[in-house]
Parts: sequence; C-alpha cells; structure tokens
Amino acid sequence: MAQEYRVLLEYADKIDPANAADYIKVGGYKGLEKARGMEPKALIEEVKKSGLRGRGGAGFNAGMKWSFVPQDAPVKYVVCNLDEGEPGTYKDRIICQKNAQALLEGMAICGAAIGSNQGYIYCRGEYPFVVDLLKRAVESAKAEGVLGDFDIEARMGAGAYVCGEETALIESIEGHRGEPRFKPPFPGVEGLWGVPTVVNNVETFACLPYILTRGAEWFAGIGAPKYPGTKIVTLTGDVVNSTWFEVPTDMTLREVIFELGGGVKNGKKFKAVQVGGTSGAFIPEANLDCPIDFDSMGNMGAALGSGAVLVLDETRDIVDVVTRISKFFEHESCGKCNPCREGTFRCREIMEKINNGNGSEKDIDNLQLLSKVMQKAALCGLGQAAPIPIDSTIKHFKHEYSRKLVVTSGKGGH
Amino acid sequence: MISLTIDGKEVQVPKGTMLLEACRIAGADIPTLCYDPDLKLAGSCRMCVVEAKGRRNLLATCVTPAENGMEIHTESSDVIEARKIILELLLSRHKLECHTCESDGDCKLQDYCYRYGVADSRFDGEGPHFTKPDPNPFIMRDYDKCIMCTRCVRACDEITGALAINIKDRGHHAKISTAFDGNLADSTCVFCGQCIMVCPVGALTSKVSAGKGKPYQTEKVVTTCTYCGTGCTLALNVKGDKVVGVTSVRDIEKSPVNNGALCVKGRFGWDFINSDERLTTPLIRENGELRQASWDEALDYTASRLKGIKEKHGADSIAMFTSARVTNEENYLAQKFTRAVLGTNNVDHCARL
Amino acid sequence: MTNTIGELENDAKAIFIIGTNTTENHPVIGYKIKQNVRRNGAKLIVADPRRIELAEMADVYMQFVPGTDVALMNSMMNVILNEDLLDKEFIANRTEGFEDFKAILEKYTPEAMEKVTGVPAEDVRKAARIYAESEAAAICYAMGLTQHSTGTDNVKTACNLALMTGNLGRPGTGVNPLRGQNNVQGACDMGGLPNVYTAYQNVTVEANQEKFEKAWGVKLSNKVGLTLTEAIGKAHHGELKALYVLGENPMMSDPDLQHVEEALENLEFLVVQDIFLTETAQKADVVFPGVTFAEKDGTFSNTERRVQRVRRAINPIEGARCDWQIICDLSTSMGYAMSYDSPEEIFEEIRSLTPSYAGITYDRIDVTGIHWPCPTVEHPGTPILHREKFNRGLGLFHVVEYKEAAELPDEEYPLILSTGRSLFHYHTGTMTRRSSGLDAHKPHNELEINPIDAEKLNIMDNEMVKVVTRRGSIDIKAKISDILEPGVIFTTFHFAEAAANRLTNADSLDPVAKIPEYKVCAARVEKIS
Ligand SMILES: Cc1cc2nc3c(=O)[nH]c(=O)nc-3n(C[C@H](O)[C@H](O)[C@H](O)COP(=O)(O)O)c2cc1C
Ligand code: SF4
Ligand code: SF4
Ligand code: SF4
Repeated sequence: MAQEYRVLLEYADKIDPANAADYIKVGGYKGLEKARGMEPKALIEEVKKSGLRGRGGAGFNAGMKWSFVPQDAPVKYVVCNLDEGEPGTYKDRIICQKNAQALLEGMAICGAAIGSNQGYIYCRGEYPFVVDLLKRAVESAKAEGVLGDFDIEARMGAGAYVCGEETALIESIEGHRGEPRFKPPFPGVEGLWGVPTVVNNVETFACLPYILTRGAEWFAGIGAPKYPGTKIVTLTGDVVNSTWFEVPTDMTLREVIFELGGGVKNGKKFKAVQVGGTSGAFIPEANLDCPIDFDSMGNMGAALGSGAVLVLDETRDIVDVVTRISKFFEHESCGKCNPCREGTFRCREIMEKINNGNGSEKDIDNLQLLSKVMQKAALCGLGQAAPIPIDSTIKHFKHEYSRKLVVTSGKGGH
Repeated sequence: MISLTIDGKEVQVPKGTMLLEACRIAGADIPTLCYDPDLKLAGSCRMCVVEAKGRRNLLATCVTPAENGMEIHTESSDVIEARKIILELLLSRHKLECHTCESDGDCKLQDYCYRYGVADSRFDGEGPHFTKPDPNPFIMRDYDKCIMCTRCVRACDEITGALAINIKDRGHHAKISTAFDGNLADSTCVFCGQCIMVCPVGALTSKVSAGKGKPYQTEKVVTTCTYCGTGCTLALNVKGDKVVGVTSVRDIEKSPVNNGALCVKGRFGWDFINSDERLTTPLIRENGELRQASWDEALDYTASRLKGIKEKHGADSIAMFTSARVTNEENYLAQKFTRAVLGTNNVDHCARL
Repeated sequence: MTNTIGELENDAKAIFIIGTNTTENHPVIGYKIKQNVRRNGAKLIVADPRRIELAEMADVYMQFVPGTDVALMNSMMNVILNEDLLDKEFIANRTEGFEDFKAILEKYTPEAMEKVTGVPAEDVRKAARIYAESEAAAICYAMGLTQHSTGTDNVKTACNLALMTGNLGRPGTGVNPLRGQNNVQGACDMGGLPNVYTAYQNVTVEANQEKFEKAWGVKLSNKVGLTLTEAIGKAHHGELKALYVLGENPMMSDPDLQHVEEALENLEFLVVQDIFLTETAQKADVVFPGVTFAEKDGTFSNTERRVQRVRRAINPIEGARCDWQIICDLSTSMGYAMSYDSPEEIFEEIRSLTPSYAGITYDRIDVTGIHWPCPTVEHPGTPILHREKFNRGLGLFHVVEYKEAAELPDEEYPLILSTGRSLFHYHTGTMTRRSSGLDAHKPHNELEINPIDAEKLNIMDNEMVKVVTRRGSIDIKAKISDILEPGVIFTTFHFAEAAANRLTNADSLDPVAKIPEYKVCAARVEKIS
C-alpha cells in the first residue's frame, strides 16, 4: 500500500503556522542558522547537490538557478511565487496554512545564498486571508529575531493567471500590465526593477529548511533520483478522497488515485486524469503506472506541473471539458504574442464548433496544426501549454471527437 | 567572438549579438513584424522564429542572443509552418482591403503573405471588430487592420514620450487604445504621427494624404522641414508634380537631427503647397486695387519705382525685409541686392519676432 | 546653439529650460529632452511663467513673474557663489570680468528676489545646485527669454550662468537658443542684418567693405542700416519711402499692428514677394508670387548651425518663380545683372565670401548636413563651439542688473499679457492656416486665463471676451487654464481674426537687439455682453 511521506506538512495542524515560536519548537530556523554559517558558494552547492527542482511547474534545478545570480550586484531580490492560478491547485495555500514559517525560512536561506536581504511574496488575489496570515507570520518571525536583516513583504496579485509566469509576475509587482517578458535576460540576471531576482515557488522554498537540517543526501535519496523529494498533490474531480497528500516523487499515478485517493467516486469507472492543472495533458487508464516525477511524466507527453490531479469518470464528456478549458485560455491569454493571442481564440472557436456538432475532420487537422505552432512558437508557457489538453485528448480520446463531427457524406447528425 | 552555423553557413559574431543580426550577417532574410531597430524589443510577433538544433521550441531571433555552436535553420519546414499559421491567424483578424488601402505595396503583412503563399486564412470564424471612428483631422486609426505589433505604442512612448496609446484588454480582445478608449484629441496625443511612421501595415495612416497616392506611386524627395528651427529631415511624397504627403526618413545618417521623428506641422502641415489661394501671377496696384500683371511689367514697374525713389530720397530711404523662411541662397541674394543694388544696409528679417 | 540638439538627448546631465515651451515650439527637441529625463535620468529645471508640459516632469519648476528673468538667474548665481559651486578653474583660465560681476550678485539673495520673481527661495537654491553641480548642464532658451525690453540682458545673464559653472565648450553643455523659424540662423549667417555681411562681417569694418565691393563690383555703404522695427518706425515718420518684403508678414508678426498698418500705408512704394496674399501683401503696390520650400533647391541652417539641403520636389506652380530667381530678375531690371544657373552656384559665391561656410559644398552635405564653422573642405564642421577658446578669446562676464519690464500692469490694465505660439500653428499662420489638418484641429485663437481671474470677471470657458491694451483690442475665446498664475494672460499670434499683435507694445524695444517686448505688456480683459 502506497504511503504519504510528510516532510513539509509533518506538523500540519499541530502548530500555529503564523507563530515562529511554535515552528522553532519543532526544529524551525535551524536550517537558516546553518545556511548563514556557510559560504554562499557552498550553500548553493549544497542545494544543487540535493537535486531540488522547482515545484512551480518548470522543474528547474533550484541551486543552479541561484548560481546564475551575479554575486557582485549591489541589490538583489528573492521573490516567492504564490500566484497559484491553476484551477484545481491549492498546495501552496496548504503549505502557507500549515507551515508558513518554513516558507519564510526558505526565502531567507535563498537570501543568504544569493546575498539579498529583501524578499517579496506575490500572493494570488483570491487569497487575501493567506496574505493576512503571512503578514502575521513575518511579524512573528521578526519578533523572534530569526530573520535577521532579511525582510519579507507580502503583496496581493492582480488575479490574472498569466501573472503566475515569473516575468509577468515581476511586471505586475512593478505595477505594469501583467505580460511576460522575453527571456533571456532571465530574472536571475535582470528581474524585479532590473536587478537580479530569484523567483521560486512556495513549495520549492519550503523544502529548503529540511534540506539544510537533514542534509542534501537525505533529500536526494527520497523518491525519483532525478526529481527527488516529496511532492504535494491535490486531488479533485471524481475521486473519493478529494484532498491533498504529500508523497515521494516516485509514486505512480495509479497509486495516487486509487490507493491514496480511494479510486473513482460512486463506483464509476475511470476515464482520464489531467495532471498539472488546466494546461496539463489528459492521461488515459493505460498510462497510469507512470511515476509522478517531472521527467517520467514528461516522457509520456504529460507534465507534473503544479501537482494538481483532476480525475474524470466514465460519464464525463471529454470534448465538452476541453471546450471549457479552451475558454479559460482564451480568457487568460495576455494578448502579447500572436500565436497565443489569436491561437487561444481560434482554439476556443473551433472547439465550440466541434462541441456543438458542427465540426469536421478538417477542424481537427486545423486544431492539431495550430496546437503544434502554439507549442513551438508562443512567447511564454501559457501559450505553449494552452493547446496541450486539446492535443492530448485528440491523441488519446479521438473517438469522443469523431462522435461529434458532422458526417461529410451529407447525411449530417452526430 | 562566438561562432555558429546558420543554414549551413558558419558565421562569427561578437558575444551578445542577437540571432536576428547573426542571421542577417549570414544572408538569411528573417521576416519581422514587431521588431523595429529604434525601439525596445517586444519579441511578440514570433514571425522571426527559427529552428535551433537540440531545442524543442523555435527561437524568436530578435530577442535570443546567439550562442557558441548553435546550429540554426531559418527556413525549416517547422519554421515555415509556424510563420504561415501566424500569418493566417493575423489575416483572420485583418480587414483585407488591399485595393483601397493606403499602405498597399508598403505593408509587411502583404509582403510576408506573398512570400509564404498565404492567400487566405483557414481560421474562418469571427472577423475583425476593432475599428471605431476617431474624428481627428490627422490620423486614420483602422484597427481592423492592426496586427498588434505594438510598435506604435513603443514609438509614442520611446520617441515622442507622449504615452497617448497603450494596450487595452487582454487576449484576442487586446487592442491599441487611448487611456479611456476615447479619441486621440482627448488624450495626451500630440499628433506627431510617429505611430504612422512605424506601423508596418495600413492600420495607421495619414488622413491628409488619404486617397492621394499609394506608396509605390509616389517619389520621395528628401528635404528639410519648412517650419521651426530644429531642421528635421523629411521626405516629400510627390505624384504627378504634386506633393501628396510627407513621410519620415528613418536613417540617422540621412536624417541626422530627427532620425525620422517629426511633429504635427512637419508631418501633416504640407498641403498649403497645393492651396488654391497660392499666388500665380504678379499683381500691381492700380486705382487702389491689385490687378494681374505680367512678369515683365511687374519687374519693370518695380525697378523704375525703386530707382526713382532712390534718386529722389537717397538709398537709405529704401529698406528690405528678407526672410527667416527662405533659403540661405535667397537670403544672400536679398542682402546683396539691398547692399549692391539699392545701395543701403537697410536689410533685416524677423529673427527677433 | 553653442552645442547640438543630439547632446540634449544623450550628453546633457542637467537641462535648464527658460523661456522655451520646447514641446510646443520645437517639438522634436522637446521629445529628446523628455527622453533624456525619462531614459537617462537627466535633471530638468524649468523656469517659465506658464506651467508648460516640461514643467510637469521637472525636478524644479520655477513659475516666475514675466519679465523678471535677470532677477531669477542672478539669484541662482547668488546661491552658486555663496555655496561655492563655481567652476574656479574655468573662471580663472577662460573668462574675464568675474570680480566686477561678482560684486553685484550679493544683493540678489533668493529671499530678496522672491518678492520680485515670485519663486520660493528654496526652489531657486535647488535649481542652482542642480545646474551647478551637474557634470554637464545645458541651458536652452527661446523667445521667452529674448522678446523683452531686457532681452539682451537676459541672454547675457544666461551666459554668465554658464561661464560661472564652466558649462560651455563640452558635450551636453552650452547656451542654446532654439530658433523659432526654419532658417533664422541662415538669414543671420547670410547677412540678412543691417550691420553685417555674411558670417557676421561688420559693415563698418573697412576691410570687409573692400572685400565685398571687390566681389560685387560696386561701392558699398559703411553705415549700419535700420532694423526691422526701426524701419517700421521710420516709415511711420515718413523717412522711409519704399520697402521690399520677402516672405514676411509684418502686418501680423510685428508689435502694435495699428502702428504697422499706418506705417505701411505711409510708404510710397511697397513690394511684397510671397506665396499667398498675406495681410501685408494686401497693402502692397506690387506683389511677386514666390514658391514654397517644395519648389526650390537650396540650403537651410538649423538652430544648431547645421547647414542642410532643401530639395526641389515639384516644379514651381504655374505663374510663380523661385524667390532667388525673382531677386535676380529684379536686380537685372534695375541694371545690376544678376544671373545664376542654380542655387548651388549662388552657394559657391557664398562660400567664397563667408569663412564659416567656406568648407561646405552641396556635395559634402548631400546626405548629412555640416555644422559651421567649417573653414575648409577638409574640415569636419564644428558641432560644439568654444571648446578651447571663445571668439573674443576669454569669455566675458557682463554686469547685468535686473530692470523692470517697460510696461507694467496698473489699475486700468491690471494683467500681464504674454504672447507665443501653439504646437499646431506657425508664425503668422500663412502656411499652417492653409493646411487642412492643422486648421481643422485648431481653427481659433484662445486667450488663456487663470480661473481666479476668470471668476473675478465672471467669464466662462469658451466665452468670447475682449482683450484691451493701450494699442488696441481683439475679441477672442477665453480658455480657462491654471497653467498660468493669476494676473497673467496668454495668447498666440497666428490668427488674423484675433491678432495678438494688435495688443503688443512697439515702443519698448530692447536697446541693443531692438526686439519688441512680446512677452510682457499691460492688458485688461472685458466681458462682451
Ligand atoms: C502561465 C504560467 C503560469 C504559471 N503560474 C505559476 C504559479 O501560479 N505558481 C508558480 O509557482 N509558478 C507558476 N509558473 C511557473 C513560473 O513561471 C516559474 O517557473 C516558477 O515560479 C519558478 O519557481 P520554481 O523554479 O520554484 O518552480 C507559471 C508559468 C506559466 C507559464
Ligand atoms: S500621433 Fe504621436 S502622440 Fe499621438 S498616438 Fe501617435 S505617436 Fe502617440
Ligand atoms: S496599429 Fe500598427 S503599429 Fe500599432 S500595433 Fe497595430 S499594426 Fe502595430
Ligand atoms: S517637423 Fe516639427 S520639430 Fe521638426 S523641424 Fe518641422 S516643425 Fe520643427
């Protein structure tokens, strides 16, 4: 039987997340203390060695990202991405609500590594209570004196999905339209207000205290070797236990859904699972034995993403679900680049046409072509990933589309 | 220096060179819509994408620095496919009225559709719906032709500093607009027309020139503005011995003062040249009224009157006002005439006014 | 300009704007100043009675009483002296007369001058520090500084400021007059002035006289001639009998139009050469139809002394002749044969007589213009003047004391009227009012008036009002605007139907430059009911 492995959430509901003293009692801020005793270079090496990779979706090695920051820059920032705009994802909120101090400690460790004493947390607009909690948490940590000269400010986001993209997030903090920048320059070199900035996800930061106290080897030994550690997954949809779990990264999807999740609700049959949020691929039953780690998922054309797991039972209309997803992306496209601005609009148009029974084979071809160009040529991850649900369902659930197409022989009907 | 291969050709470029430049050095013609050498990079049109060996995604050359050892293909099948689809996506929101368009023949969308054989768009859903009337006498804003390159927004900000226009709304509904989506005249717009200068299609055009000649029908004569002392270089557009417009000379060598930038007077204040109030014959006052006269009559009459006055009252009883608006050569002749022919130093002009 | 336009965008670290509404009157220079401030963080000091666009982005904005320019700048120099922000080395090596000048500065404390200029002492201090402490500070001015009875004093004072801080002869510095019209610079360079031949060769210097007598083959007068304003005055008195006006419109542009009209009517013979039947041409005895810049070849010299080509784009319209051709024809008719094949041939003659233009040829400026002085064909031109030394050797400090404007407000005329230009029109409107777009956009003249004054007079926005001065009155649309201080009103001189120069004062000329005081006269506004 597959089991949870709690690291970040070990003391969930056992301590007051805002209270630094509580956190210190269970070993908190030891990691930061250790980090501050290390040479920045050695600290970055240690994080690299742990194999910690970004939990925000892109899976970039955290230590590596930090090592790109020019050491000699006079001002640098640490930014925490708490935009959590993916529908169905709420793991960053859970981390804050259960263990906010670990996030703060993680940011301060990053500050020690790159030589920054200012952190910002960019918080999803729908989470005002989390901002409140974080503000109290920062005050409490300051009162305990554990943050030293590292300051953290929590800011409320603008409520746009694209603002979760790190450069759009930076633009938004700067008070501009939330549009992604082109990269390079990467934020590590030219970020917030033009100075070197590390942007990491909440979960990424929250791993750091444990890596420092328990050692890089310990972390590297958990779960999948190339994407080690634990991952918090959030189960939604037609699943018995719609809740969150912290699991080692080598757990398979089947284990997550059927063992921890308790399987499909109401005794229905499983049809598909979408992993990683709205832009994730739809995965059929046949592929469920894949481990959830970043590379395994990638190899089968899916993505771990934020760790959201949406289960669909046999009664769900895939084309209808994907049509609704296409509306989401049409709405969330910032409009900066051509492939995404016009592509998401046309995807929605064609999906609606098919869903309404007016589509033809030609429309499927057009969708696939458009999808390919968007994935290859869009400016940011939003446009690149937006057609993946369409693409993956045409691949695995083509029959559901075919059912809805107009029969070109002239007889018509479904 | 770093070296990379582009379409099989090895090139060396200084570190920091963008791929776009490197491709141009290698002789590859990369299509661009949002790129403008005088403006900040946008990296948004994605027309300039190329394939790089080992990269999953195509690279937008205008914003990607060249790296050592890169192997670039500028016209691979994926690249061509992407460019075609992007053009089709643009066409599907573009009012295709080339036959009556002011920019016909000077339009990047046309050029690239021609180059890639894109006659129409497979995306036949909703068409353009962006244009709304703007009753100003200078700038035609037809956003049903806009391709959202944002060059106008950047020019307005980075050249003129007016910040009159920006992007409003998001996604497909994003459009170029003034602060409250109102008329330019109610915004901070100064009608410099820099936005027209940079617009690669027919979305922004001059109302003063409208209908007077397509770009390829006019000859461009480079000259100096007739208004203020800044001395901006501009090109008079001529068709059939008539000035039908003014366009920018976007070359710092040829337009050293203004690099193509103009103000409202320079860009739109030229049609006085064709005014039907222009004087077309000498006039002589007779019985209190001005009447038409031949050149010979007017010249002889003037000469004899001036001579008479000089003889009777002396040279210093005559003065000449030359002009801060005519050429150096004419000013020189005017003072020479005053001094050598009239015989007085009574020559001045309105420098002080 | 002592320096170039490009330096205002790229090199100047601080820019002091006084008496130029740059974004309206020299828009492209305005763009560059704005970009320098926005992009490079250049500091901007703006002194202007109207809160012009550039004031909005200025580090210090000094809204001073029109006509108190000398008081304002002297008080800045008082600060520079007292806070020891001078460029001592520059003063020692490159200037003279500083001790005498220094002596007068003492009394111009910012506090004392506050009552005169209306500018808070602290702002003057801040402005003085920014200007003096900057690595490269440029002064830009236009008619706002010169069109005063103290215009020459104002300019000398600006020069003192630059000399005192060593802000001359280097990139990004300078004392930079922005010329209002396309070829004011050229008209002056070409000797379109009563006291000098080309390149400012004085008519009273014998060698110059001989040089030009030889070149032109006639005897020349060595008596300094009449300035424009003096000539109008003499015509009024009847001493001047004939006038030949080339492309000017004194019936709109000169102060006190009533006076100008009487003067022109008093002439025995008036010749006007223009492209339109201007207000002046309507008074002429003979009118010659000239052509626009589009119809002829030649050169203009811009405000940064750059000599640039003008090219014929179309043939002269039927019946009209190129202005140079008309002068030649008339000269020949008068018995002095003048004949050139082309403007280039005239330019060659100019070069041979004009040291600062000697190295410039049509070939050399085919693509990019050249800044004079350019003495030889090998010389690259001189973008920046006074690099090593001044024309006279050392830069001279002028002892300039503040003098009040000639006509101050009183009970009968309680307001100060200032005149100027609009972005959308040019000079007397001859061209812009016949440009469809410009005239459609701005068809009327407006009188800017502060809301407090408007309320006192019970005037609404857009209401037609009467402006009255000792010279005359006009009816004009009121535009209520708080960019002016109470007590100051402003209008433009582009519109014949509401001609500002019916109001302005022709009697108060600057004693040296003979510039009329367009920027200050006493006026009152009346409701038309
Ligand atoms: C459209 C889009 C939305 C994103 N939203 C989020 C988000 O809500 N939270 C997040 O942590 N990362 C998000 N990302 C990923 C960030 O751009 C970035 O990779 C991440 O913050 C880096 O942190 P990590 O390395 O710790 O994962 C998003 C990316 C894209 C393209
Ligand atoms: S005309 Fe000039 S100011 Fe107006 S929108 Fe265009 S670029 Fe901006
Ligand atoms: S109006 Fe022209 S310049 Fe502006 S975004 Fe559209 S196409 Fe580009
Ligand atoms: S375009 Fe405008 S700024 Fe340039 S010279 Fe003409 S009037 Fe002056």
